[in-house]
Order: sequence, then structure tokens, then C-alpha cells
Amino acid sequence: MKVVVAMSGGVDSSVVAGLMAREGHDVIGITLQLYDHGKATQRKGACCAGQDIHDAKRVADKLGIAHYVVDSEARFKQSVIAKFADAYAEGQTPVPCIACNQHLKFGDLLEMAKDLGADALATGHYVRRIEGLGGAELHKAVDESRDQSWFLFATTQEQLDFCRFPLGDYASKAQVRAVAAEMGLSVAEKRDSQDICFVPSGTYSEIVKALRPDALEEGEVVSEDGFVLGSHQGIARYTIGQAKRLPDKAAHLVVKSIEPGKNRIVVGPRGAQSRYIKLRDVNWLITLGEMRAEVKLRARDNLRSAFIRPDGQGAILELDEPAIAAPGQAAVFYDGSRILGGGFIA
Amino acid sequence: MIYLDANATEPLRPEARDAAFKAMEQHGNPSSVHQAGRAARKILEEARERVALFAKADPADVIFCGGATEANALAIHALGSNRPILIGATEHEAIRAATPGFITIPVHADGGVDLEALEQLLIAYPNALVCLMAANNETGVLHNIEIVGKLCKGAGALLHVDAAQAIGRCNQDWLGLGAASFALSGHKFGGPPGAGALVTRPGLEIRALIKGGGQELGRRGGTQALPAIAGMAAALALPYPAETISAWRDEIEASCISQGAVVAGVGAPRLPNTTCVALPGIRAETQVIALDMVGICVSSGSACSSGKVSSSHVLSAMGFGKLAGQAIRISLPWNIQADAIREFQSAYAAMALRALRSSVQSA
Repeated sequence: MKVVVAMSGGVDSSVVAGLMAREGHDVIGITLQLYDHGKATQRKGACCAGQDIHDAKRVADKLGIAHYVVDSEARFKQSVIAKFADAYAEGQTPVPCIACNQHLKFGDLLEMAKDLGADALATGHYVRRIEGLGGAELHKAVDESRDQSWFLFATTQEQLDFCRFPLGDYASKAQVRAVAAEMGLSVAEKRDSQDICFVPSGTYSEIVKALRPDALEEGEVVSEDGFVLGSHQGIARYTIGQAKRLPDKAAHLVVKSIEPGKNRIVVGPRGAQSRYIKLRDVNWLITLGEMRAEVKLRARDNLRSAFIRPDGQGAILELDEPAIAAPGQAAVFYDGSRILGGGFIA
Repeated sequence: MIYLDANATEPLRPEARDAAFKAMEQHGNPSSVHQAGRAARKILEEARERVALFAKADPADVIFCGGATEANALAIHALGSNRPILIGATEHEAIRAATPGFITIPVHADGGVDLEALEQLLIAYPNALVCLMAANNETGVLHNIEIVGKLCKGAGALLHVDAAQAIGRCNQDWLGLGAASFALSGHKFGGPPGAGALVTRPGLEIRALIKGGGQELGRRGGTQALPAIAGMAAALALPYPAETISAWRDEIEASCISQGAVVAGVGAPRLPNTTCVALPGIRAETQVIALDMVGICVSSGSACSSGKVSSSHVLSAMGFGKLAGQAIRISLPWNIQADAIREFQSAYAAMALRALRSSVQSA
């Protein structure tokens, strides 16, 4: 089989390339250059920096596979970074990794793999793809602490059919590192990437400030009945349910809603959360229909029982217990380990 | 493997290899006073004389350095320090990066320099340093250095020619045509990589970028890379089968066009070995990878050291728009064989067909 492996230069995708080569496949490694690492502050550990491309090439050399670097800067800027800043300006809390998977990895790169006549695209994501009766199914990783299924809910059935995720079956990252060491890969001990790769200092507000300065303008913090309680330093610094960075008069309160048009943060008491959550752009990995399932409203959140009702391109979630839902985050539907679909909180 | 990327580096000429090997066995440093040093110096100065003879220059005006990137940077540093710098819109990164505040001379849609625009610019900046490449690395388009030389002379401007791609394939007497200096790079005409030269007309003061031990009459410090220099000099005036190569290039072009490709600079005079063909709808990277997978080496845009390929500023300057990201460069080496041409043609046709199929499927 001819397999394209998305290689970031980190240990995970390097091991995937090694595993595919070991299985005797014809492997083509491709690294997407997502932004100019020289312009962003040099920060080792974030994915797709200059050192990472170098590492990916060294791994490919070691494995004896072809490797290419594809310039995706313009696409990344437009589909991920700009939308990230726009979402904050709209009072939302975006998840750029989902957009990157959707548009870059399982969008452009997958298309390129098909254009090259490849049979599959393999990535280093910690999820499992299980061949089911109705096509490929997406499941949580065996190692739940590494599971990335929440970030992959937008993968369509067609994309899933074409993808391979060999790391989902590994019991731990230590095991993956051991395989890397056994293969003699220089990245075996390389540190994990973290946070958002294009946010060099770990504070996203710099990027929002550059692209959407309006989202960091001072404005009012008001109570639910309209009383001004103080000021805020830009709506981009807030998310629904947040208690930090509120003025003294609102110290015991949390953010209830963000009003970009009025540049206002509305605060209220904790609790009194909603049971109904509207979702947009829902991706279904099963036949669409009303159902009960468990949902996850944030990357690191517990599963919550809910009834899901499809609604056009979106859906309505009816939670058994009320919860906080931040617009822009994802609500992902699970049945045990299997991902049934998901959408963005509207 | 079929190598069609001569503009990146030409395969080594046997004569150059022999000369480089011979020089490698001569272990003296040309700056040393003893007999080993003298023997090394003899090789160095003979190489200098060969370059000077080729360039119709005085050997004293041949400055050896590491390659054309360095030679270009040295020319701009030495000649452009008190002058506005005008550069062609399709110049190589070696020129662009060495001139932070340059003024761009536009090119026509065929890639040739816009002489009227240059004339106007020279009225505004009569004391400029004009940097123009003899031949473009991506399209092979030749600028009319003869006319540019006259315009510069008339205005009182200096002309520096980046001749890296032209030498060996399309030689001209650049100094005689009015250039103050020109840059060359050994590995672009079959020498070993690591040696180049800046050749100037007499009487120009060249201040060093790297002073070091004062080598090259104080104009470029550092011990000369003798084997690479000897190899470069040996490769310099070798016969080049320009007619055969351009005939094969034309065959390649015709077959690409029959698959729907668009050729850049087709109306302009070009190097015999180069063609730049855009296949609408397929990313350049995809084409390069697809051809590499069947053993054919071509390139696209200007690859940086990481191997990342950027959309071509050359084609953008020629008004290619979106097609700029869908073009590959095919550059035939001096030792190309007929069967390589056939193999390329069939691989290209297969790639174009697959692209057509997938676009029909997704439509």
C-alpha cells in the first residue's frame, strides 16, 4: 500500500512513519510548513517549528523514506489563525487544532495524498479507526489520557475511510517512545508539543491583538439586569463560565455571555446553567437521527448524558444535567469508546 | 533516476573532477611562502587566468569566493553602498536578500526586463547600482544585457550582472556589454560546489565583506577552496551542446503543452536547457512529488534549505497569478540522454491524466 504520513517532526508521527515502513508499505513523509517559524518567536516544543522540519527530515533519512515539505502558510493563516482571532472577536472560544485538522491535515494534505495516488493517509493522532460493518469507525485511544478524539470529531466518513491512526492502540506514550528508541530515531526523547503551536509565548492575546485589535478594547462588565459593575480589557480575554479577570464588584460571579456588538461582558451567579445547547456545523459519523448519547463539551471534560436532536446542519442538545457551554468549543457525541459525531457550540 | 534539475546544480564535468582531484592532492596553502604554498598558488593563479581569459578581464579583477550568492552580496556591498539599488523583479533571492531597500524594475509578461521602465527609473536614479540577472533560474528567460548596459552607461549608473545560470549555456562578454561586474558559481556549469567569483572591470574598488587574512588582495578573506576553484576553471570553457539540448527542451515543452500546460516566457529569448511549465489545477509541490516518486528530479519555485517550496515570485512578477503555484521547472543537464526525454514525457502525461481524472471525479 502507498501511504502518506503526516510528519510533524515529533516522536508520534515519526513512529507512525517507522511503523508504516516496517509493515512494508511504500511510505511518503510530508511535513506541512504552517507558518514562518523565524517570524514567530523561536520556541522549541511547539509543533511545526524550523527544528521540527529538520527532525522530520532526519527521521525520514533514517527510515529511508521520501520526505517533502509543503508550504501551507497561506492556508494556515486564512483557515486557522484568522478564524481563531475572528472567533474571539465574536465572543467565542475557538479550538484552532480542530480547524487545522479539518482544513490542513484532513483537507489539503489528504487531497494531496489522493492526487499522488496514495491508498491512505496516516497520522500520529491518538485515536483508533476500527473497520465496522458500515465503514470505518472512529474510537477513543486505548490510552485515555492521550485520547485526541474530541479534536477529530469533524473528520468526515470519507476522510476517515482514507485515514490510519496506528498510535491509538498503544497503551501509553512511554510505549511509543520505546518504539522510537528501538527504531533508532533521534526524536525518541524529544519533548511533547503543547498548547497552540502558533502561539509562541503561550499567550494568544498577542495574535488576537495583531489581527483583531477590536477584540482587546476596553469595555463594560454588566450584570444580567444591565448594571455596570466595572470594566474589562477586551472580550477576547474571556470565556463563558470564567471567574478570573472580573472586576471586584463581580468577584463572586462568572461570565454568562459575551456581547461583541456592545463590547460587553455579562456576568451572573454561578449555577443556573442551561440544559439546552444549540450546535452548528454538525458532523455525523453514523446515520443521522435522534438519539441518546454521552457528550463532551470541552477537551478535558467529563462525559455528560444528553438527548441529541438533529436540526438542519446543526443539532439541539438536551442535557440531563445543566452545564456550562462556551460558544466556539466543540460538543462531541460518544457511545462508549466510539465517536458518533459532534458540532460546534453556537 | 532521471535528473532534470541542472539549474539547481549541473552534474560534475569529468574535466572539472580531474582538475579538482589534482588540486586536492596539492596540500599547500596558496598564501604560504614555501614550495608547497607556491605549488598551490600556481594552481590558484592559473585558474584565475582562465577565468579572466573567459571574462575578457584582467586576472587582478577576478575575486574568488564561495559561490554566486557571495559574489552578488560582495558586489552589492562594494558597489551599492552609496547608491540607490535597482533590481529586476525576477532576481534570485541572493540579490533580493542582499539589498534590503531595493527598487524593483518591472518585467514584461514574457519575463524580459521592461526597458522603458528602466529608462524612467534611471532618470530618477542616475547614479544607481542596477542588478540584473543574465538568465533567470526558474524560466531561463534572458535579459537584454546589451541594451541595459548602454542605458546604464548613458545614465552614469553601474550595472552588476548575476550570470550564475547563463555561464556555460549562453556566454556573453558581460564586461564588454557595459557591466561593472558579474557573478559566477562553479557548480552551475559543471564544477564542484563551493567556489564562485566576482569579476569586475578594472579600477573598481571592492571593499571586503569578510576581511580575514587579506586573501584575494584584501577583497575576500579566508583560504581559497583550491579544489573547487580549479574544478570551476576547468569547467568554464567546455563545449556545450546547446542546439541538441534546446531541441530536446522544445520536445518536452511541446508534449507538456499537449497535456494542457502553459509555458512561462515562451516568447522571450531563453536558456537552451530550461522550461517552466504550469499545469493548471495541480499544486507545484504535488507535481514535483509525483514525478520524484517515479524517479524524475525536477523542481519548482525557489526551494529554501528546508526543502519548503514557496510560490514563485518570478512567475508572480510575470503576471501568472494563481498559476505561479502550479509550475515546475525542468532544466536539462549537459549530459542529458534521449531516453530521459521519453521517460519524462510519459511520466508527465500520466500525471496530467491522473489530475484530469480526479478533477472530473470531484466536479
